[in-house]
Amino acid sequence: MMGASASRIALGVALLGLATVPLWVGNSYYVDVASQILLFAVFALALNVLVGYGGLVSLGHAGLFAVSGYTAGLMLQAGFGHAAGAAGAVLATLLASAVFAVLALRSTGIGFLMITLALGQILWGIAYRWADLTNGDNGVSISTRPAPFGISLADAPSFYYATLLVFLLALASMAAFERSPFGASLRGTRDQARRMTALGYNVWLVRFLAFLFSGFWCSIAGLLYLYNKEFISPQVSALQASAEVLLMVISGGTATLLGPIAGAAIVVIMKYVVSAYVVRWNLVLGVIFVAIISFMPEGLVPGSVRIWGFARQRWLARSPARKHVRGAPP
Amino acid sequence: MTLWLTLAVNSIAFGGLLFLLSAGFSLIFGLMRIPNLMHGSFFMLGAYFGVTLLAVGANFWVAALLSAVAMAIIGGGLERLLLRRLAGQELAQVLLTLGLSFIVSDLCLMIWTGDPWQPLAPAELRSVVRAGGMIFPLYRLAVVVMAVAVAAALWFMVDWTRLGAMIRAGVDDAPIARVVGIRVSRLFTLVFALGAALAAFAGVVGAPILSVYPGLDADMLPLALIVVILGGTGSLLGALVGSFVIGFLYNFGQARFPDLAYVILFLPMLLVLVLRPQGLFGKGGA
Repeated sequence: MMGASASRIALGVALLGLATVPLWVGNSYYVDVASQILLFAVFALALNVLVGYGGLVSLGHAGLFAVSGYTAGLMLQAGFGHAAGAAGAVLATLLASAVFAVLALRSTGIGFLMITLALGQILWGIAYRWADLTNGDNGVSISTRPAPFGISLADAPSFYYATLLVFLLALASMAAFERSPFGASLRGTRDQARRMTALGYNVWLVRFLAFLFSGFWCSIAGLLYLYNKEFISPQVSALQASAEVLLMVISGGTATLLGPIAGAAIVVIMKYVVSAYVVRWNLVLGVIFVAIISFMPEGLVPGSVRIWGFARQRWLARSPARKHVRGAPP
Repeated sequence: MTLWLTLAVNSIAFGGLLFLLSAGFSLIFGLMRIPNLMHGSFFMLGAYFGVTLLAVGANFWVAALLSAVAMAIIGGGLERLLLRRLAGQELAQVLLTLGLSFIVSDLCLMIWTGDPWQPLAPAELRSVVRAGGMIFPLYRLAVVVMAVAVAAALWFMVDWTRLGAMIRAGVDDAPIARVVGIRVSRLFTLVFALGAALAAFAGVVGAPILSVYPGLDADMLPLALIVVILGGTGSLLGALVGSFVIGFLYNFGQARFPDLAYVILFLPMLLVLVLRPQGLFGKGGA
């Protein structure tokens, strides 16, 4: 384990690195990619509340993300201001999360996954088919990014800093959540739901509140996405999008603070790199999915450590003089 | 009036197709406890195999059967090679099938391009039936007959044969079935292959009606999912009833409320989930 001071230094270096991205990246295109990594990291952190700490795998979160983006986008088109649009988006997403939670929490495990998948598909269906409301496949575009406190976010670096601020808030709230009694009780419902019930906890309520917490940060991520692209289309709510964010959570390592962030960075960067060379992003996404689940179900970072340790152990076992080193963790 | 009757016939035909698709889905889900998220991919890949065979001049029924056999081999192989490694980890299995479905859909787009393929119905079924001043396409009626025949065959297999008794035992209580000497793991492979074959067959049979296009898998998978949630997992009768209910809702929804067709489709599923979580014909909790 790292000492407290070492981890503090690492945190400081990471923050310094993040804060100076627009300076050393230069090109505004890559600054924009960095903004997207951060906003998807917020999304992945939100999903991780359920997947990692709650043990509830949702395949409908892209729907919630889209509810937020669409609500704000449509309200802006209808002539509302940015403040009203953002507030409306958060409220609408919280409401949708509550509906999702009430229906999906009738079940856990596979049942939960299927119900969230179906609900996500309904939202996709509305975004895609209800053209009078959502403009169908053409999507919704907005004319301007918001300018909080009169600061324009039109250029890439200023948008990046705004996203970074929101990201740090999300991270802080996740850290607080992880340490809070609420976080502990959610982990309890994941590991020992019956014992938690016996201890007097309302397991359903804990999960419901966790769903709302997750939904809240989904709505923030959805808003950032809308502001970043100034456009939203049904693709955002498709099953692929839900799978992508789930891949971010799983690939980085669930139930950790840094895992979803690393996962978001890996997936977004890979998407950009791969798209530059091949058209087949979905194919690559599928292959990564299959590879991670088959070989490193615990996530890329812990998985690489395990496989490296295993290879090293095998290598050591082959040289007879060092046989006694065997017996590391399985 | 004519419109309604035509819609009703189309709904029944579509329900028949859905049954072919979801019977296998239901058995796989019932036995292995995993919703096979690549079932839509089996349907689409089977359909593409079928239209390719038709394009090189094969007979329609030969194409449908060959495609089903090919899919059975692919499905069985996937179960043996990939899913088997994750035995007991349901979630990992689901996500694996999801990842595979992305691979299949992109490969199909690569091989068969983005243009839709719509083969003709087999020559002997291209005519129409006239009854009471109305015209019904013969092929759609034939699809219903096929669905009913497959339903009867499956029902016979599951309810009256030794193999069926073993599958039922596996669905009801896999650990105990193992204890009494049933090789449940072999049943998994068999049922998975059977489900894949049925889906591929449905894909070819459905091709003259639905055509084959990229995204067909994502269109069909949710339908199979709703049918099975509605009917109850592992229940063939449930899959049959669910298929026709969804067939009607889908067609009438498309015709009357095209904007909300998807929402209408999912409403009965939500109702069932709230009122009867195990499905209309399911046993016990899911």
